[in-house]
Amino acid sequence: MGSKPAIRVQSVIPLGDTAVLVDFSDHLDPDVNAGIQRLADAIRRRNLPWIRDVVPAIASLAIHIRCDLTDAADTLEMVHSLVDACLGDKPPRARPLRPPLVVPVCYDSEFGLDLHDIGERTGLHPEEVVRRHLGSDFRVLMVGFVPGHPYLGGLDPTLAVPRRSAPRLRMPTGTVAIANAQCVVYPYEIPGGWSVVGRTPLRLFDAARARPSLFEPADTVRFERIERPQFDQIAQREGTA
Amino acid sequence: MSASPASLHAPEVSVERAGIQTTVQDGGRFGYQHLGVVPSGAMDMESLWLANALVGNGSDEAALEMALQGPTLRFATETLIALAGASFGIRAALGQSVALLPTNRPILLAAGTQIAFAPAPDGARAYLAVAGGFDVPWVLGSRCTYIPAGFGGHQGRALQKGDILALSPQASATARARFNHLQKKNPGVVCRGSMAMTVRWSVRPGSLPDDEVTLVRFINGRHRPLFTAQALQAFESSTYRISPDSNRMGYRLVGPRLERANTRDVLSEPTNLGTVQVPPDGAPIVLMADHQTTGGYAKIAEIASADIPRLAQLRPGQEVRFTPCSLAQALALARAARLALADKTRALAWQYQA
Repeated sequence: MGSKPAIRVQSVIPLGDTAVLVDFSDHLDPDVNAGIQRLADAIRRRNLPWIRDVVPAIASLAIHIRCDLTDAADTLEMVHSLVDACLGDKPPRARPLRPPLVVPVCYDSEFGLDLHDIGERTGLHPEEVVRRHLGSDFRVLMVGFVPGHPYLGGLDPTLAVPRRSAPRLRMPTGTVAIANAQCVVYPYEIPGGWSVVGRTPLRLFDAARARPSLFEPADTVRFERIERPQFDQIAQREGTA
Repeated sequence: MSASPASLHAPEVSVERAGIQTTVQDGGRFGYQHLGVVPSGAMDMESLWLANALVGNGSDEAALEMALQGPTLRFATETLIALAGASFGIRAALGQSVALLPTNRPILLAAGTQIAFAPAPDGARAYLAVAGGFDVPWVLGSRCTYIPAGFGGHQGRALQKGDILALSPQASATARARFNHLQKKNPGVVCRGSMAMTVRWSVRPGSLPDDEVTLVRFINGRHRPLFTAQALQAFESSTYRISPDSNRMGYRLVGPRLERANTRDVLSEPTNLGTVQVPPDGAPIVLMADHQTTGGYAKIAEIASADIPRLAQLRPGQEVRFTPCSLAQALALARAARLALADKTRALAWQYQA
């Protein structure tokens, strides 16, 4: 993979008899994460009939398999040798680099429920919390849990706060929240224990779009501040109001 | 049978009562888990495949999955149906005529027939397949319903009273043509009431519980070392009950709580159908068809895929025990189950050959 840092298989573990998990690290390492995403692309490019899904995660990758389409007695060994082979694949020529995704966020107090709390924990003025959130260069580490739900790495380290002790039962759709060194955006109303900084009016997942998920693994992401009238306008257009 | 004014009606089903949770499900939506889209599909895949084979459809065709209490449906045109899975009673009505219909067989219904379902003494879910299939839109390569995000199936939700589901435009012609094949191969077709005809044989799925306590096999979960020895012992030796707040996303288990020896956080990582995860409260959850694609809870076990259909047929309050097996054994079980099912579906496909 040229000058890109190589990643190495740490362990190959069965997730039952229909999926295999390949571990590359026991902690978040941005270079390893990027390597896993390139590996997932390389595996997918082979279009193997016995593979149903390739799921790159933060420090691991899962391959979902149809065990009726292979007669392998040992699916772990089969996946391990596939991964080793794909790690040696040359990336396709001129892989189009996607431009950074710019995501509008409204940080009004109505949406940024925890800005004051984060400010107290970090010793920063809430307005400074917003400024540092806007100044962070994010990268999509993984999309998972529910459709279109991104885990973003790259949060300004001074904003790292632990998860809240009492999770909220319903995070409104579009909620932007942070915990530890990451940021998430909730595409649906689900429970969540992260600290809320604002809300985006964009629709994160729409099965009818050519690209159903706004965020895809490896996308670079920047947040852009919008005020309430703009939020309402975009929400109207996106049908998220 | 009454004559069917086929030309006056499009093949469709109207929902006169919804049932507890009736959804359109098929073989599943694969290829999008990296975007957080879970495969979903039938909870008891074996019964779905069998229901489809009974009416001459391809295995993965969309059918109605009904849970615990079925809907009341009316068929506008002549339709060939089959119900497989939990042993719901089928009550058919047309005009003054009423008849009880058998499960696990192909049944030709006259136009205008209403069917209702009595609760099943065995099993939690049944699959109603119609020859030709349901005509609901494809979403990301599948017709199955995923309720949490509101897409797939009929408007992304469970059926409601007043819904009308289109069948394949050829459903009526297909019903008659396929039933003609059955009649040629099966002398002595049986009439039930004035509205239904069926055959003298049935093919049952293997997924219905046959014991007080269902035994389910698992292979070791990847976070076993994080649990106490007592927790590992308790998981294998205790009887767990299916909690009432179980659903298509997960089965919550009531029984001994499973404590961690090491409470370090685990990184969020991919999960699978059948993953048994243990949240901090120690009450295990088996991930089912609509499960989250990734999660950060410790995995104590992974259910053998061959045993998922039987687990999916357990109702809240029913009991289950877990017994260990190796990956090689789980693979062998899965392949054997596929072969056994392929035998049944081949025999059924033969019924529909010219």
